[in-house]
Amino acid sequence: MQLFLEQLLNGLAIGAIYGLTTLGLALVYGILRILHVAHAGVYAVGAYVGLFAAQWTGSLLMGVLLAGAVSSLLGVAIERLVYFPLLKYPPYVPLIGSIAVFISLEELIRLVAGPEIRSFPAEIPLPALKLGVVTVSPPLLAVYLTTGLVLLSLWFVTTRTEFGLAMRAASQDMEVASSLGVNSHRVVSLTFVIGSFTAALAGVLVGVYYNQVYPSMGAVPAYKTLALIVVGGMGSVPGAVMASLLLGVAETLLIGYANVPLPRDALAFIAMILVLLVRPKGLFARRSR
Amino acid sequence: MNDYAVSVATIIAIQAIGALGLNVIVGYAGQISLGHAAFFGIGAYACAMLTTNGLSFWLALPVVLAISGSVGALLGLPSIRLKEDFLAITTIGINFIVEAIFLYTPFFGGALGIGGIPRVVFLGEKLKGVGFLWLCLAFLGASVLGCLWFRRSWLGLGCFAIREDETAAASMGIWPMKFKLSAFVVGAKLAALSGALYAHYMRFISPGDFGFPVSVMFLSMVVLGGMGTLWGPVVGAVVLGILPEVFRPIMEYRMLLYGALLLGMIRFQPGGLLGDQSLAMRVFRRLRLRGGD
Repeated sequence: MQLFLEQLLNGLAIGAIYGLTTLGLALVYGILRILHVAHAGVYAVGAYVGLFAAQWTGSLLMGVLLAGAVSSLLGVAIERLVYFPLLKYPPYVPLIGSIAVFISLEELIRLVAGPEIRSFPAEIPLPALKLGVVTVSPPLLAVYLTTGLVLLSLWFVTTRTEFGLAMRAASQDMEVASSLGVNSHRVVSLTFVIGSFTAALAGVLVGVYYNQVYPSMGAVPAYKTLALIVVGGMGSVPGAVMASLLLGVAETLLIGYANVPLPRDALAFIAMILVLLVRPKGLFARRSR
Repeated sequence: MNDYAVSVATIIAIQAIGALGLNVIVGYAGQISLGHAAFFGIGAYACAMLTTNGLSFWLALPVVLAISGSVGALLGLPSIRLKEDFLAITTIGINFIVEAIFLYTPFFGGALGIGGIPRVVFLGEKLKGVGFLWLCLAFLGASVLGCLWFRRSWLGLGCFAIREDETAAASMGIWPMKFKLSAFVVGAKLAALSGALYAHYMRFISPGDFGFPVSVMFLSMVVLGGMGTLWGPVVGAVVLGILPEVFRPIMEYRMLLYGALLLGMIRFQPGGLLGDQSLAMRVFRRLRLRGGD
């Protein structure tokens, strides 16, 4: 029982990290209909900036803030320089552009920071929580708290502010929204800022949680998150987060108990194909628009 | 020609065949596929398993083509219901799953792969070096002719119609399922041929040779050369095959240049080097006009 609970808590933490990474992808897909593969590159850049900034300033918080700032700038730059001019082409064109950006980012990190795995030593200013038979360690707690906080603020921004209204309008129909006075350029850029900031958070959290960052750390998330937004219903943020949590738990429990003879990274795609067969619009798709 | 040039040319010829196959799916039929390495791997594994068990390459090849054709039809099925983004993600998934099956099934040799693949025997002689290069070039020539035939046949015309407008094509009596699946079958067969040659050239294969980055490489070749053109994939394979060798002195920056090249190409010339609106083609046309005066 205790082992099961511990596995469950770990699975939830992994799911929460997937959720933070997938969130930005779902936001971007919702508004631009682009598969933002380079998002995982932004995430890896965020992890590295976070590591260097935390070592340089000696404070994890400063690391997180700097990582978020750099990643946001990077995200907006990708949107402005690559995606925006490619919107008029069929969707595979921006997708290939995104893959190219991702490859370039991965290589840039390798050239600048070196190919080796770096450890991410961090003092987390949180206590270890004792819940009955299991203990929630500080890194786990940090993952839960950050994810909860991000989701809460995102919910607040999208449903309770004027910007959120503009964002929802633009994601339904950008042209009509523009004609009604929504500055869709700014909305798109701000969406990239939010998405990239959460990606940087996820990158730093992964670095702290596994105590390692390496140049190709974005490779697996780059494609797993694509499967997750399909399972969650393309462009639906709550769906993507739910799918991520489910996958995190399922991966951990299946590998821990069922001894599935498949790598955990293929599981997401198997789930995705099953979902596409049964509910092509995704598990949590909005009913209709 | 020295051994080094021969080996570079052989790899380029092998990859060009695979890229031609992807072009049939993506360029002719307009079905985005990011899992081409799966077909490439299926061809390589099928052929290697047959020839390491004593069958000759020439007897194994028809079997490999039959297997890959049926797998192509099977894995092409998602294209009937899924479009564009969904199809792209599904094909990525197929690539990961196929790689995982190779990696985790002892039947396929697992992580160790398959070694000791015999050389191809032609007219009683074991082909290596230049001999094998000629074999690959012959298959490449046959593949280009095959693509030429495809483009001019009813099949190809139907595929072009579906690529331009599926609904309009369907309303004219062109059954999308038939043409999409045909494109997947032809594309998978070309990829499998390329994989079979690859297995017999390397003589050792492992699951990592058929991962997602290989699919990206094939797609880059097609995009770089020009999607939907006859010679585009070959040009793309030659350029992407030679570039790393040219840049060998700055080995460290090779992949970065690769990414930047792909990005620059898709950003400024999405039609590719041989595409209709590309710089090269416009210059070429102008030269021809001037010559005609």
